[in-house]
Amino acid sequence: MTKKSEIKKGDPETTGHSWDGIQEFNNPLPRWWVWVFYLTIIWGIGYTIAYPAWPLINSATAGVLGWSTRANVAEDIAAVEEANAPMNAKLEAAELASIPSDPELSGYATSAGAAVFKTWCAQCHGSGAAGAKGYPNLLDDAWLWGGSLEEIHFTVAHGIRNEDSDEARYSEMPAFGRDELLTDEEIGQVVNFVMSLSGEPQDASQVEAGSVVYADNCAACHMEDGSGDTSQGAPNLADAIWLYGGDYDTLVETVHNSRFGVMPPWNDRLTEAEIRAVSAYVHQLGGGE
Amino acid sequence: MSESNSAPSLYAPREPIFPRRVSGPFRNLKWIILAVTLGIYYITPWIRWDRGPSLPDQAVLLDLANRRFYFFWIEIWPHEFYFVAGLLIMAGLGLFLFTSALGRVWCGYACPQTVWTDLFILVERWIEGDRNARLRLHRQKKLDFRKARLRVTKWVVWFLIGLATGGAWIFYFADAPTLARDLITGDAHPVAYTTMLILTGTTFFFGGFAREQICIYACPWPRIQAAMMDEDTLVVGYREWRGEPRKHSAEVKAGVEQGDCIDCMACVNVCPVGIDIRDGQQLECITCALCIDACDDVMAKIGKPRGLIDYMALSDEERERSGQSPRNVWKHILRPRTILYTVLWSLVGLGLLFALFIRSDIDLTVAPVRNPTFVTLSDGAIRNTYDVRLRNKHGEERPFQVSIVGDPALRVSLEGVEDTTVTVPADTAYLQRVYIVAPEGSGPAGAHTTEVRIWVEDLTNGERAYKDTTFNGRGG
Repeated sequence: MTKKSEIKKGDPETTGHSWDGIQEFNNPLPRWWVWVFYLTIIWGIGYTIAYPAWPLINSATAGVLGWSTRANVAEDIAAVEEANAPMNAKLEAAELASIPSDPELSGYATSAGAAVFKTWCAQCHGSGAAGAKGYPNLLDDAWLWGGSLEEIHFTVAHGIRNEDSDEARYSEMPAFGRDELLTDEEIGQVVNFVMSLSGEPQDASQVEAGSVVYADNCAACHMEDGSGDTSQGAPNLADAIWLYGGDYDTLVETVHNSRFGVMPPWNDRLTEAEIRAVSAYVHQLGGGE
Repeated sequence: MSESNSAPSLYAPREPIFPRRVSGPFRNLKWIILAVTLGIYYITPWIRWDRGPSLPDQAVLLDLANRRFYFFWIEIWPHEFYFVAGLLIMAGLGLFLFTSALGRVWCGYACPQTVWTDLFILVERWIEGDRNARLRLHRQKKLDFRKARLRVTKWVVWFLIGLATGGAWIFYFADAPTLARDLITGDAHPVAYTTMLILTGTTFFFGGFAREQICIYACPWPRIQAAMMDEDTLVVGYREWRGEPRKHSAEVKAGVEQGDCIDCMACVNVCPVGIDIRDGQQLECITCALCIDACDDVMAKIGKPRGLIDYMALSDEERERSGQSPRNVWKHILRPRTILYTVLWSLVGLGLLFALFIRSDIDLTVAPVRNPTFVTLSDGAIRNTYDVRLRNKHGEERPFQVSIVGDPALRVSLEGVEDTTVTVPADTAYLQRVYIVAPEGSGPAGAHTTEVRIWVEDLTNGERAYKDTTFNGRGG
């Protein structure tokens, strides 16, 4: 047996444990500490009785307090909707064109509209409203069907070229190539002419012939100068913005097959206040007229 | 191996402590600190400070709902939270400094646990009497009318102090007079009542019953402090070489000449954490210095010099033992460690002061919209959008004019505003969408990025602020 380590006067008593002469001091925990520990156990058991806790096969014990996060969320949403009801009523009653000049109303509409947009519109138009090929960019100053608040509101409410709303905006460009209204040569000519309208590089030798084809087939909708017509959703061909692309091949494809972009009506899914809100939101993104 | 057969208990009951009344310079200092700190705590929310009609007139107010912190003439907005971080760093460094110089001086004098416990012990003494009376009351098993009356009175006073403590706390977060009225009429928010009752409960329990147990078992600070002290730190200690052998000791009985300690237990009886300072440096000691006052009193009575128990640096022990005088106090306090802490503390403080004085009353942050990075307009121009937050810290609305400095081709416009001037309401961060357009064919339209500086000017007084940002073009 090895020599015991020296215990000095004033040192705490030892636990009596000794290994190779090393002894263990006994610095006892205060008794209340243990009580607190037992208390936490009792609290823990009580907690699992009061709140959802114990897993069962398909669910969990509900807890006697009936606490439920789902119910809480539903309550919160109901509370928010109730709080918003007066503003929604005001929004529905307001003259559309007057919304942007009313700071309170436009502030509410823009915030609410942003939420509607991110929920229902972002899938096609993008979360930043920049659109994609075939889905218009809502940030720029070019509008197919008009960029005033009223026009945007109508488009959102009824949609475009859908079969669900009788009032949906409708127009249809002929598939000039597929339906053999124009020959491939004529299509090439008119595409070169269209490219000349916006100053893109084109085959100048084809432009003059193309202008004739254009005047006969396109000018009725797209106008002689190519400025388009928002009353029938005919795009402006003279500006720098292309919905499907402004290069030669894409334009040939467009003229050959036509395009038929569809947007669903929203008046059967959104409330009037929501439609007004999202219209106001889109209107203030930078391109509203 | 163990000789005893029964294992000692791993748990010990708490030994109740009945500190005796003591008077002296350290006790007086502690009374002053107690009065000042509690005074500041209770009175501050009631100080008024006129900031104009649209801002609260409470000198110190943490307005969580509107996200403002008011401190007399200073108003901190959420984006200036670094001031709070800086103050916390200063508080930390300050604690390091004081601990390395003077040991657990924070614990002994300024810690709320110490201050409130002191107050609670004072109440206890007023109601139940000094140490001996309290001991008798404690040992009296029978609960007669007198014991019940004294106990209940004491608890009621403690509870009222706790209530005032919890009550004062919530006044820092709302207009104090309004909240006080609402609290009484029952119109205050449930959070106010809950907070108040929780703090009442903790104050009542920590100050009345837990006391030194908090310091010994619950607080992490004493463990950290040990790492900040060294042998030059001034701590409360016992001059063993002078006091020993104490009266009643075996040595004295055997005829050894007695030291200065007459073993009167005064130092033990006044100790609020229940230790004997003569056993040396101990974890429990909060250096409240009350044992110094108690011992000095006794030394004066028996005609010995004061300082048998005293603030001392442990490095002086050898010198004093051999009869030399201890080194100068300042030699202990001014050492590289404390100087370093002081320098760091001052640097952070100066940095914060500097930041405080260069703050302007108008400010802006610019968040470029990067979804998408740019928009092509029908005429081929390139437009970038920026979410600009205009901050007006004045108490009235101000006209802010937005302008840009950069490539001359760039033009600026604001959403929903005819020109480039927008009215920002008082004390508000106003979100304004700003457009910058580069015409087709211009440098910025074709470049990948172009630096641009957005200026905002308060047209009433010409105050200006700017932020640099980037304009994205088509990029080759």
